[in-house]
Formats: sequence, C-alpha cells, structure tokens
Amino acid sequence: MAEISKAGLSGFLARQGIIVAFAVFMIVFAIANPRFIDIDNISGVIRSSAILGVMALGVTFVVIGGNLDLSVGSMMSFSTIVVLDLHDKIGPALAIPAMFGMTLCLGAFIGFLVGYLKLNSLIVTLGMLSAIHGLTLTYSGGQNMDIADKRGTWFNVFGQGDIIGIPIPILMFALLAAGLGVVLSRTAFGRKVYAVGGNGTAAVFSGIPRARIVFLTYLMSSFCVAMAGLMQASRSLGSQNTVGQGLELEVLAAVILGGASLLGGSGTIFKTVIGVLILGFIQNGLLLMGLAFYAQYVVTWVIIILAVWLDIAAKRGRLLSPIA
Amino acid sequence: MTDQSPILRLENIVKAFPGVRALDGVSLDLRPGEVHALMGENGAGKSTLMKVLGGLHQPNEGKIYIGEKQVVMDRPQTAKQNGVVFIHQELSLADELSVAENIFLGELPRKSLGRVDWEKLYTDTDAILDRLNVGFNARTRVGDLSIANQQMVEIARALTVDPRAVIFDEPTASLTDSEKVVLFDVIADLQSRGVGVIYISHRMEEIFKITDRISVLRDGSYRGTLNTAETNEEDVTQLMIGRKLDLSRNKVQHEMGDVALEVRNLSCGKLFHDVSFTVRKGEVVGFYGLVGAGRTEIAETIFGLREPSAGKILLDGQEVTINSPQDAIARGISLVPEDRKGQGLVLGMNCRDNMTLPQIGELTSGPFTSDKAEVAIFDKYHDALDIRTPGWRQTVGNLSGGNQQKIVIGKWLSMHPKVLIVDEPTRGIDVGSKSEIHNLIRDLAAQGYAVIVVSSEMPEVLHVSDRIVAMFSGRVMREFTTEEVTENNLVQAISGLSEDRVA
Ligand SMILES: Nc1ncnc2c1ncn2[C@@H]1O[C@H](COP(=O)(O)OP(=O)(O)OP(=O)(O)O)[C@@H](O)[C@H]1O
Ligand SMILES: [Mg+2]
Repeated sequence: MAEISKAGLSGFLARQGIIVAFAVFMIVFAIANPRFIDIDNISGVIRSSAILGVMALGVTFVVIGGNLDLSVGSMMSFSTIVVLDLHDKIGPALAIPAMFGMTLCLGAFIGFLVGYLKLNSLIVTLGMLSAIHGLTLTYSGGQNMDIADKRGTWFNVFGQGDIIGIPIPILMFALLAAGLGVVLSRTAFGRKVYAVGGNGTAAVFSGIPRARIVFLTYLMSSFCVAMAGLMQASRSLGSQNTVGQGLELEVLAAVILGGASLLGGSGTIFKTVIGVLILGFIQNGLLLMGLAFYAQYVVTWVIIILAVWLDIAAKRGRLLSPIA
Repeated sequence: MTDQSPILRLENIVKAFPGVRALDGVSLDLRPGEVHALMGENGAGKSTLMKVLGGLHQPNEGKIYIGEKQVVMDRPQTAKQNGVVFIHQELSLADELSVAENIFLGELPRKSLGRVDWEKLYTDTDAILDRLNVGFNARTRVGDLSIANQQMVEIARALTVDPRAVIFDEPTASLTDSEKVVLFDVIADLQSRGVGVIYISHRMEEIFKITDRISVLRDGSYRGTLNTAETNEEDVTQLMIGRKLDLSRNKVQHEMGDVALEVRNLSCGKLFHDVSFTVRKGEVVGFYGLVGAGRTEIAETIFGLREPSAGKILLDGQEVTINSPQDAIARGISLVPEDRKGQGLVLGMNCRDNMTLPQIGELTSGPFTSDKAEVAIFDKYHDALDIRTPGWRQTVGNLSGGNQQKIVIGKWLSMHPKVLIVDEPTRGIDVGSKSEIHNLIRDLAAQGYAVIVVSSEMPEVLHVSDRIVAMFSGRVMREFTTEEVTENNLVQAISGLSEDRVA
C-alpha cells in the first residue's frame, strides 16, 4: 500500500528530521572541501565542541523540564577562574572539588529561585548571567588568571591528555553524554523531568514534586558547567574572566537544534549531541571554505534557523502551514 | 423540507495516520434545517471526520461538496468562508483575554488608524451573549469562567458569522442540565433559520430529543444513517458496537467493611463549608450537585491539593494530615481528576508513560525503570478498559477524547488505592465503555475499595452509588440511601431555588 509506506516515510522524517539535515550538511561541505571529512579534522571538531557539548547536556535537562538556563556561560567563566586560582593556592587535588562545590551552590541557588519560589527562569538566569560575571570579576580583581608552573602540574590532563589516542575531552563528553542519556531515558527521575516540562499541573496531580525536580535540573546543569570549566581551565592553564561569554546562546542553539522544544517536555540527550556536532561542523566547514570570521556568526544563525524550520516542516508534513 | 438538496456532502473520505486508518471511505450529507447526529464508539473517527470537514486535516482520499460545488478545505479559514463553523471537543480559548476578545479574535472591529473599536466590540458581544442567555458579560476574563461557560464562549464565537452548517463536537460533555437547555434552544434557533447542524454526543437521551437523523461510524467505516423517529437506542447501539449491550446487570449489594475515610467538619475558605461524611470499605458514595457546588474542591482537598481551613480527615479511624498529592498517594488515595487535558495527562507523552507516572519510582529494577513492569501495567488496563490505540508508544494527545479518559482511569486504578475518588469519570465516554466503567466501579467496591464518585449526571450517580451526598453551594444539603432517593428529591436538594448561579 503506497500510502502506508508514505506515512511510514514521513513518520521517519518527522522523527529523524534533524539527523537527515545533519547528513545533508555533511555531504554538502564534504563535496565543497574534501579536507572536511579528513579524520584529523573530524576529531578536531569534536574536540573543540566538547566543552560546549558538556554544557549542553546539562541545559537539556533544564529545557526538557520546561525552563531556560542563560547563566551557563558566565557560570563557566566563574568555574574556570576559580579552579585556576585555587590550583596554585591549595593544589589541584583540592581545587577541583572546591570548585565543583562552589559551582553547585550557584546551581542550587538558581534551582531554589526557579523551582521553589517559582520565579520565571528567563528573568532569574538572565540576572544570574550578569550577577555571576560580577562575582567572577570580584573574585579575580579583573585580572587574567594563570597557573604559575604550567609544566609542573598534572592538571592539564582534562584538556590536553589522551587515552589510547582518544583525546580526554572527547572521552569525558562521550562518557557524560552516555551517563546522562541513561539518566534521562531510563530512570524515574528522567521520566519526571519530561512530565514536569510537558504538563506541570498533571505532574503535580500525579504526585510528582515539581519544585524538587526543577531544582535538580539546575543542579545537574551546574554540575555540567563545573565539568566544562575544568576542561577549559585544563586546556589553557590560564584564562580571561570572559572565557564563557556568549556560550549560553550557542548552548541553547545546540539544544534547540537537537529538537528539544523551548516549551519543555521534549528532547533527548542523543539529539542534543547531534545538535552540538552540527553546530561544530557548520563553523568548521565555513572556516575551511575561507569565510571571514565575523561573517560566520551570520551564516551560522541562518543555517540554524533553516535546520529548525526543516525539522518543524517535517513534523507538519508540509513546508508552510496555517496551524502548528 | 426533505427534498431540498443538501448543504454539504462528504464523499468517500479516507484519512490515515501512522498506524491507524482513522477513516475508511466515509460519506455523509447534511440537509438544511436538520440536526444530524454523528455517533460511534471512542476512536471511531467522528472528530477526525469533522476535522477533515473543518479544514484541520487533509484527507488522503475523498471529496467535499458545499452545495453542488466541490471545495478543497485546505485550511480552517476556507471552511469558515464556506459557512462551516466548528465547535471543538477540546476548548481553545485564550485565558487572559476577555470574552469579547476571544469571540472576535482575529476580526476585532476597527476604527480609523486601526484602533480597536471597543464600544462596538462589547455591544456586539453582549448582543450575542443575550441570545445565549448566559450569566457573564463581554468584559469577563475567560480564565475566570467555569468550563461550562467557556464552552458557551466557543458557541458564541460560532454565531458571529452567518453559518450554513455548525458542527458541535460533544458540546454537552461538561454542561449542566440548565445549560444544556440553553444550548438546545440555540440549536433549535439555528435550525429554524435553515442552518444544518452536525451533532456529536455519546448521550442517547439528547440524540433522541434533538436530532432528525443519526449516522453511525464504527472503526473508521460508515455503518449507515437512520431516521431518528424510526429507530431506538438499542438499534443505534447495536450499529455502533456491533453487538447488543447488556444493561441487565443489577446493582449488587455487597458486604461493607469498616469506615475507610471519614471527613469531619471540613471547610476550605469560601469553596465549601462544614462538610462531614464517611465512606466505608466496599461502598460507593456519589457526590451530586451543580457545577460549582464544591464537590471537586472537596476531592482536591482530600488529595492534598488544597489546604483545609478547618476540620479533620481520618483514614481507617486515624486522623491524618495530607499536605501534598505525594502524601495522599502514599496513604492509598487516588484521584481521577475532572480535567483530563489539564490535570490528568501529559499530552506529549506516550500512553504507557502516562499510565505509570504516579508509580514510576517503584517500577524499577536497580536504578533503572523496568520496561517489562511498565508494559505489563499498560497491557492489563489496556485490555480491562478496552483502550483503542495502535500501541503503548502512541502519543496520548493523538488518542480520541474518550480513550484519553480511559488512560487516566487506568493510571489511577493501577495504583490499587484504598480510597478511589473519581471526578466525572465518564465524561466523553461512549455508551458501551460507560457501562463497563460503571461495572468496574461496582466491582472495585465489591473488592473492598472505598469509592467516591463525583458526577453531574444523575443517571450515573443513581446507577453506581450506595449512598448519595447532595451538595449545593459548598454545603452538604442531604444524604440519601438508595432506598430513599428519587429523581425529584435529589433535584430539590441540589438546587438553591432563589440563588442565582454565578460563573
Ligand atoms: N493526530 C493524530 N495522529 C494519530 N492518530 C490519530 C490522530 N488523531 C486521531 N487519531 C486516531 O484516529 C482514530 C479516530 O479518532 P477520533 O478522535 O476521530 O475518534 P472519535 O470518534 O472522535 O472518538 P471520541 O468519541 O473518543 O472523541 C483514533 O484511533 C485516534 O487514535
Ligand atoms: Mg472525538
């Protein structure tokens, strides 16, 4: 039956539209410049996407839970500066847990405001974006932070090391993605996040503690930020106060590109990973095509909007539709 | 009148969704001035057919004629331009806007420079509301209205254009008896002006009261059209479900145990006052009253969603404080809420995940959720409640209204509660399933469950309850045993004759 298989195909496109879009981008870029699919290039792209990717994993939880997190960029700067500063003061073995503790406190504070006090997440995290930036500047006195003895520390493994040829940042991203993917899709907590984001009232009527779940999504997000800060600090062993500036939008773009709805209740870790990779490969592809650095911003966003549109169009079954 | 040519005609409509053939070659015609009932079980395809007619779905095959002209209903505006207006099963209003703004949304009257002509907007709206005889005005915020009154706003919206055909998809599911009377007047008025009405409902009394012809769908295929005057409930049911419905089952009185739930002098602000009652193990207590009588609020208080301002709740003789639904669930209380879309379901989730949501924390092996345990629960209630869905993976939002309701019921039955509260359990459910759900409620009681049934349908309350609590305006007016109760004294108990009903 022709029409059943047609329904099957459009059903497939509706579910996997973003992956199809990804494949199309890759093919187009590969034809334009064969160097694009060189193994070194690919590994390089994944590696430089890893930090963004780790942050996007946490934000995926927040977005599925029906909220936004615009504070991750400046929170990542905070983590990076703190861990670099403490490295020389108390040594890396203590600096890392101390930095994680401080970052988680920030996440808990946001989670408290959005979850328990039910304040609007856009306002709260936008406020925290600049509040944390101020905190970082106060902490560092506005100075760049550098590790004094860059050769004599093992701290660089998280950003520069590798195991059997696989760069550790890629490994950390992959492991964290796998772990959080399982948490989201295979645990009761994950299911509750979907329920709270999909219909908060129905979740409450089902005995799910909405406030606590929202709180926990922010805690997870800040954990991922701490991880990203660690990777960033370890890669460069020195940093400006603004290292994470603007990342919040790229992170959000990757999550949305992956197909999570800003309204909450949908999205997966796997799709977020695809979103991160698309973003990384687009920027890399444009670079290889010799596009000026600033023009990239524009083209990147055009392509993101195109991808999202294709995704929605596939879901609707046509390109323009009067109803959603 | 019968020899007039039809206003519209649907010919061989086919509509397939992934995994479901929702409509399989359905034809239908509508004559001027007739009320044409569309009947069928939950999931038979009624709403889908009307969505095709209303331009919300594109059919895979088939034609639509308005008069003699073939029309492609590519979008809702096309339908409206052709004089076809659609009042949906699910409400679609903007809560934050006024009644007037909702009614004229998208076509607000303008003055020069594009300014909205508020004067005209409000007078036009009030003129329409007068026809509907409702207790609110053009400036009321829609979010402040009861569901029943929101329904009236939907109807008012349809009356702004001069329609040739009006489709009502289960308009009475949440209306009270007096509101129904108003609706039927509106329909009669439309009819007298030569408008054709398509009317979808699961309530036989209504169908036989107001319709001229009845068309029946079963599993997406057309089963025939009957003249209402020449048929009866039994024949229609047989056509709908393909067998005779066994309504012979009598209410079995069974052993009752100790008091499971006792409520003493419970009050909650202005919502209800000084309410006391008991429910014993094995007993079904019906709560009957008008919309706004405080029945739902009592249920929500027992379930930990509202904080009582005075009074006590006792379970098995022990006083308990219930601060949240988690507390209530832990103590063995389940609530099937009144509003399935808003409170009962996460529409974007699949059937199984919705059903297992309240107990997902327990359905684990190790740290992970157990697919096997979850599917087992779904299968059990899928069969017990005869839920029509291509499988547990189907998104709940894609199910028909009645089947969504069954998912909510299954969700709470699967908790094996000690006290089960069901609020309007059969809203939008077809006749066959309705009697199954009633039997199920009786069976649960026989097994020792204490059950509270909140309902606005008198036959339902009379049919399932061992005892009936009649409420009016936040107070218990009277309690009846099955021996004492008659339709008359029940109606009397729930109506405060001098008071005006407020939205
Ligand atoms: N958007 C959709 N996607 C997939 N399946 C759908 C969709 N809409 C409807 N269906 C399926 O089509 C069938 C017919 O549904 P429809 O809503 O027309 O039933 P109905 O007769 O109105 O039932 P009810 O009396 O319960 O309202 C059902 O099996 C339903 O699950
Ligand atoms: Mg329907």
